[in-house]
Amino acid sequence: MATTITFILNGKQRSVRVDDPEMPLLYALRNDLDLHGPRFGCGLAQCGACTVHVNGQAVRSCSFPVAKAAGTKVLTLEGLGTPQKPHPLQVAFIEEQAVQCGYCINGMVMQAAALLQTNKRPTESQIKEALANNLCRCGTHARIVRAVKRASETMA
Amino acid sequence: MLNENVSRRDFLKGSGALVVTFAVAPRIADAQIDPTAIGPKTVALDQVDGFVAIDRKGMVTVYSGKVDLGTGTDTALTQIAAEELGVPMARVKLVTGDTLLTPDQGITWASVTIQLGGMQIRQACATAREALLEQAARKLGAAQGDLVVKDGVVTDKSGAKRVAYAELVGNQSFRLKVNDKAPLKDPSQYTIVGKPIPRLDIPDKITGRFTYVHDFKRPGMVHARVVRPPAIKAQLQSWNDAQSKQVPSYVGAVRKGSFLAVVARNEWAAIKAAQAMQASWSSWEGLPEKAKLWDHVRATKIARDESLQSVGNSAQALAGGAKQLKATFDFAVNTHGSMGPSCAVAEFKDGKLTVWTASQATHTLRRQLARMLDMAELNVRCIYLEGSGCYGRNGHEDAAADAALIAKEVGVPVRVQWSRADEHGWDPKGPPTLHDFRGAVDASGNIVAWESELFAPDRAKPPAVTLVAADLAGMPKDDAFPGNIHQALAIPYAVPNIKATAHWLAETPFRPSWIRTPGRMQNTYANESFIDELAAAAGADPLEFRIRHLKDARGLDALERLRKLASWTPRTKPTGGAGEVAKGRGVSYVKYELVRTYVAVVADVEVNRRTGKIRVERFYVAHDCGQIINPDGLRNQIDGNVIQTVSRTMIEDLQWNRSTVTSLDWKSYPILQFPDVPEVVIDLIDRPKERPWGAGEPTAAVVPSAISNAVYDAVGIRMRSVPFTPDKVLAALKTA
Repeated sequence: MATTITFILNGKQRSVRVDDPEMPLLYALRNDLDLHGPRFGCGLAQCGACTVHVNGQAVRSCSFPVAKAAGTKVLTLEGLGTPQKPHPLQVAFIEEQAVQCGYCINGMVMQAAALLQTNKRPTESQIKEALANNLCRCGTHARIVRAVKRASETMA
Repeated sequence: MLNENVSRRDFLKGSGALVVTFAVAPRIADAQIDPTAIGPKTVALDQVDGFVAIDRKGMVTVYSGKVDLGTGTDTALTQIAAEELGVPMARVKLVTGDTLLTPDQGITWASVTIQLGGMQIRQACATAREALLEQAARKLGAAQGDLVVKDGVVTDKSGAKRVAYAELVGNQSFRLKVNDKAPLKDPSQYTIVGKPIPRLDIPDKITGRFTYVHDFKRPGMVHARVVRPPAIKAQLQSWNDAQSKQVPSYVGAVRKGSFLAVVARNEWAAIKAAQAMQASWSSWEGLPEKAKLWDHVRATKIARDESLQSVGNSAQALAGGAKQLKATFDFAVNTHGSMGPSCAVAEFKDGKLTVWTASQATHTLRRQLARMLDMAELNVRCIYLEGSGCYGRNGHEDAAADAALIAKEVGVPVRVQWSRADEHGWDPKGPPTLHDFRGAVDASGNIVAWESELFAPDRAKPPAVTLVAADLAGMPKDDAFPGNIHQALAIPYAVPNIKATAHWLAETPFRPSWIRTPGRMQNTYANESFIDELAAAAGADPLEFRIRHLKDARGLDALERLRKLASWTPRTKPTGGAGEVAKGRGVSYVKYELVRTYVAVVADVEVNRRTGKIRVERFYVAHDCGQIINPDGLRNQIDGNVIQTVSRTMIEDLQWNRSTVTSLDWKSYPILQFPDVPEVVIDLIDRPKERPWGAGEPTAAVVPSAISNAVYDAVGIRMRSVPFTPDKVLAALKTA
């Protein structure tokens, strides 16, 4: 039985019809709602590429049932900022050129955004700890840390 | 079709009276264009039209067979083309890796995108510029030498006469051979090349607007998942999809030999249907015991020997040396570990196959798919879309083959997304590599003999990797190829007696392929660790010892720059002291493949004698790749080389049982995480007048040896087995 699940996505009310309420939120966002920000990396909540915010908390959307998103506010990379009005983290990532292939970057930005909500001026080692479970294979780590630091300074 | 609306304009080119004709250029394709709507465009490597088109508005399209694997080469190639043509970068669009539109410039590998691919594009642009200047000279009635190009406009000295490229060539083709002698712009005049231009793809990637292959959709597209055998060579005996049929949106199964896949209307249904599939497989336990891997490698039949360097008489010199050393080095099996598992979309329509793929070799893939599916190559088109970084030949091509096989069966567009377990378990692997070394120094501390032996899978085949789908389905397939892993066994040092031999093995446990710095990493690890052992035996400082044996001015320059950068102080024995945590630093050097990029590094490490844990604190890198196209992009690549290779050196070690790979996720095959990432300090040696060389791999070559040499400096042990895990450190400390 298909069910309809409604939530606020990047400030707008959206609904998806799903066969299985246990389907991870990631598939609804990518396939039903056509978003390119959240990415499939492992499906096991191990790498962080799929990170989105649900009610302000960073969650791994690859392992978060879509049904649990009903009635929540979901924020993705697309909603965090736009090319016209980028979030300070997006500005900082561009300024630091903190991307190689960029596949992990959605998770880096969304996890860092969650960090900056609770810790406005994190130290370098706090940033590293906060991103420890976000994996990057290209070796962009140093630039990512610098970008998060830079964003925190511009936001403070 | 193309010849309609052709306004031909013939003119004489120079004194050679070569006729140059312009004809209509096809409209540029984007990734989603209908392939049948495009007319013929030459993809010839010797034609300017193969690489460049200029439309009526002065927009330039550059066609590149080399693709951006997430390293920033699209930006660098755009810089090269814009610079050489004399147009702003904003007016250049790059089309890459489309077998219908781009020249076959070879696989995007081996750090040659800029060095070879970029220079082909540069020469084509220089040829185009020269032809445009000649035409402008006639049109303006000015001497060609008095003309300058800026922003795609040709102006005479006075500035009074001007004509735009668009007016000269707009929408017409050049019909001109690439002239290898067309004059190149003087690097002192560069305004784009050599500048840290921000990458063109980052704004879209950072706001979720970028289309990776994983994001690509076709109308009516279905989703498929391959049901993988529980053992690598297991045969499919029977299957039953009764349970899969319970999954809403399930469409059906495709079976060919031992290839079994499920198809569903949505992705989650495909995942669930694959899990619900009941299949029985034959048993297979053909893998060697993990704990006895190196015995297995030694016992493997040698297909042939190859001499990779031979100078003097090493056997005689070895026997006569004042001090003789020998050592064995081994390097574990690595997976590519792409963050995004491989993905592809394939469509089979009217006898033609189109595949959207993140393959680093769309032309090779086209040939492989055509062979596998018994199609004419002309009826297969592969279109590159960026994927997750691959660092070599990962699973991208295999996902493409999965999708192509299924698409041909089902007749609608098919998307195949590999799972994490597919990627870890089924991507081809960097093969296990073993080295035996012998060497001797004389009484005055010079190396008099050097013998190295490499044991690795044979490479005497065409460079293509067996497609998993072809293998499982029993369809025509290519043999395996591990990459050019012979490179860098030969040493850059002036040693009077050298014998470097590769023992090419007849087989290797896993389907091999190239992973970043293939062979060069393993060979340089062994070479640069062994020369450090010889330096210690000679009582010499390891940096001085290298300098003493080097005759290459640029190499010496790199080492001197490194000495300054790292504030290196000489040492002839371990300096770490006796405390629980000992600090050490190690040096390493490579001239990549003995013919290009120079890299010299120092690693700073801390070794904990109690826990055996090595912490890599910092890398200093002096890097000379000739002319630098984009210094910021280059730094980004050097960071990546160091950090990724620290991960491979310290942690990575594929696990398996007798049937299959058991490292199927990030817990069982961990990679370096933020808290353990070292600082990277870089000194770029720019040589604008030299040719540019590659930078995607060379730095990675020197990372493992710099760490092993630093560990020796800290605690006096030699790390001769990669990865450098705490248990190996503790074992070595016990016997030290």
